[in-house]
Amino acid sequence: MPHEKIVPDVSITSLAILDAEGKVDKDLEPDIDIQTLLKLYRFMVLARRFDERLVALQRQGRIGTFPPITGQEAAQLGAVAAIRPTDWLVPSFRETAAELWRGRGLDNIIIANNGLNEGGIMPDHSRDFPVSIPVASQIPHAVGLAWAARYRQSDEVVMVFFGDGATSEGDFHEAMNFAAVFQVPVIFVCQNNQWAISIPLSRQTRSETLAQKAVAYGMPGIQVDGNDILAVYAAAEEAVARARSGGGPTFIECVTYRVLMHTTADDPKRYRSDEAVDAWRRKDPLIRFETYLRAKGVLDEAKIAGLQSEIEGEIKAAVDHAEARMKTMGDPMEMFDHQYAAMPPTLRRQKAILERELAADGREVEHE
Amino acid sequence: MNKLTMVQALNLALRQEMEADDSVIVLGEDVGMDGGVFRVTDDLIHRFGASRVVDTPLAESAIVGMAIGMAAYGLRPVCEIQFSGFAYHNFHQLENHAARLRWRSRGRYPVPMVLRAPYGAGVRALEHHSESREVYWAHTPGLKTVIPSGPRNARALLVSAIRDPDPVVFYEGKALYRAFREAVPEAVETLPIGQPQIAREGSDVTLIAYGAMVRPTLAAAEALDVQEGVKAEVIDLLTLSPLDDRLLVESVRKTGRAVVVHEAPQSFGPGAEIVARLMEGAFFYLEAPIERVTGFDIVVPLFSREKSYLPSVPRIVRAVRRTLDQG
Repeated sequence: MPHEKIVPDVSITSLAILDAEGKVDKDLEPDIDIQTLLKLYRFMVLARRFDERLVALQRQGRIGTFPPITGQEAAQLGAVAAIRPTDWLVPSFRETAAELWRGRGLDNIIIANNGLNEGGIMPDHSRDFPVSIPVASQIPHAVGLAWAARYRQSDEVVMVFFGDGATSEGDFHEAMNFAAVFQVPVIFVCQNNQWAISIPLSRQTRSETLAQKAVAYGMPGIQVDGNDILAVYAAAEEAVARARSGGGPTFIECVTYRVLMHTTADDPKRYRSDEAVDAWRRKDPLIRFETYLRAKGVLDEAKIAGLQSEIEGEIKAAVDHAEARMKTMGDPMEMFDHQYAAMPPTLRRQKAILERELAADGREVEHE
Repeated sequence: MNKLTMVQALNLALRQEMEADDSVIVLGEDVGMDGGVFRVTDDLIHRFGASRVVDTPLAESAIVGMAIGMAAYGLRPVCEIQFSGFAYHNFHQLENHAARLRWRSRGRYPVPMVLRAPYGAGVRALEHHSESREVYWAHTPGLKTVIPSGPRNARALLVSAIRDPDPVVFYEGKALYRAFREAVPEAVETLPIGQPQIAREGSDVTLIAYGAMVRPTLAAAEALDVQEGVKAEVIDLLTLSPLDDRLLVESVRKTGRAVVVHEAPQSFGPGAEIVARLMEGAFFYLEAPIERVTGFDIVVPLFSREKSYLPSVPRIVRAVRRTLDQG
């Protein structure tokens, strides 16, 4: 038998629980309590409204460039809701919804996006990594965290986020391979939002799915409708349970869409049509989930209106608070902090030089 | 005291730190059963098991990326990159994350990891196995670059590097691995990172070197003393970055002359920074232009020509004579 089949045909499944109209598949519906369902809905609305507010703030020149998440709320919140506060989150740079769920302050996000290091301050007990900008470079960190957790005989798991573009990077491959070889508790959550700035998925890969890449590494891979929060949650919950019980890593491809620009510095009209975007807007994860919750009888017009105004207030308060806090920041000398545990002599000298120079600048301004 | 090679001294440091602290983990390619291609991790897997001496797949970026995650969790990973010529694969992990995670997280996630790698020429190796590119790391804020010059300080500095709260790139001159033995005490010794040492006292000229270049520099100082009565002071940097120049400046203010020796390419090399520091701190004390004896701005030649490439004792001696002939 010169051509013996040694790897049986690989099959990749795609999971959807809510259809485009928000109708649920009862057989697949995950068992999520009402309180959590409403919390998920609340964070979806919060993430959407906050995203809109951030775009507006950027357009007004009140914050710098930032990457919006609109359209990816379900793909982020469904996944991150499946881990515990004591688990670890390793985000890329487009996971605001996941970060909000984990407790990152809105004011903190505004401050970071306004170019102040203080926006990176996180509590000592935080199990979340800061955002990572170089594409895919954060993925190996998740493997190290998971390795360490297992070494310390903890049952913590690590959830790492990245986009479709990241799957072209070497660090994605290396991290997937390491995680599978070491069988560490990592959940790889790919936000396949179809675009890496101007490059469509078809230019990242010839694979029919990203999920099938998992097969080559020897780990389970699943594709889910990333605009269906129940499907994302169900897939994540299964992956988390497997990781926690020693079953190793899982790759989850969330098929979603980057409805807005890559960052506020990007103009998507240069490379994609409004029609394509409109088609995805009709698959809005927020509306779909809302329809489901209404049908379930746990959400109505009055509750939605109440929630909307509560969230508007929360965002306004956060913006006010952040802008007030930022008035107390901006000491240039802060830039020398946290470079090393203890400042080396050369750095102390350079800091003193800058202090003198800035003082001299100040005197010259006074003079004028 | 046992007389150890640098390989044995480094092995001793790893063994003792692993015994003292179960957060110390060794990882890399062939570090387990093989004991590392230079045997620096020899026998550690038998003492501490495969859970602490981790043979990884062949991928430098993931080795360092994984170490960053381990360190952020609270472990003290010591990763071995088999040759520094392969460390470019992990360049971005050091530059973008190891050196910045403490900064980015405002102190929440320090990265107490060590990256060990053999560097330098002189052992008749293949292409990519002879480079001296330590400035890549020394130029990165947030990293520390430590380069020992012999068995005893290698052991002490590796212990300090493992205990250091910040990421340390630890370059081991492969020409030093088995070149000579030194008495190394069994009791744990440390050396402060960021502090150069006077390797030989003198008053006529200051010679500044580090790593594998310290031996030829000391030999040059000895030859100058024996042949001409010239008393050269030799400073061993031990830590390239952060560079504490106070000892250098103090010495050159005393001698008025300086020669910097390194095998890295000359342009934008460590010598350039050292000379600039001396100009800032000792310009009015100088009696002669500062000389540099260095590698050249070329790919390290294949090994038949590497002796011509490397700074030699006669080259160093002649450079010293040139500085002495001035003024």
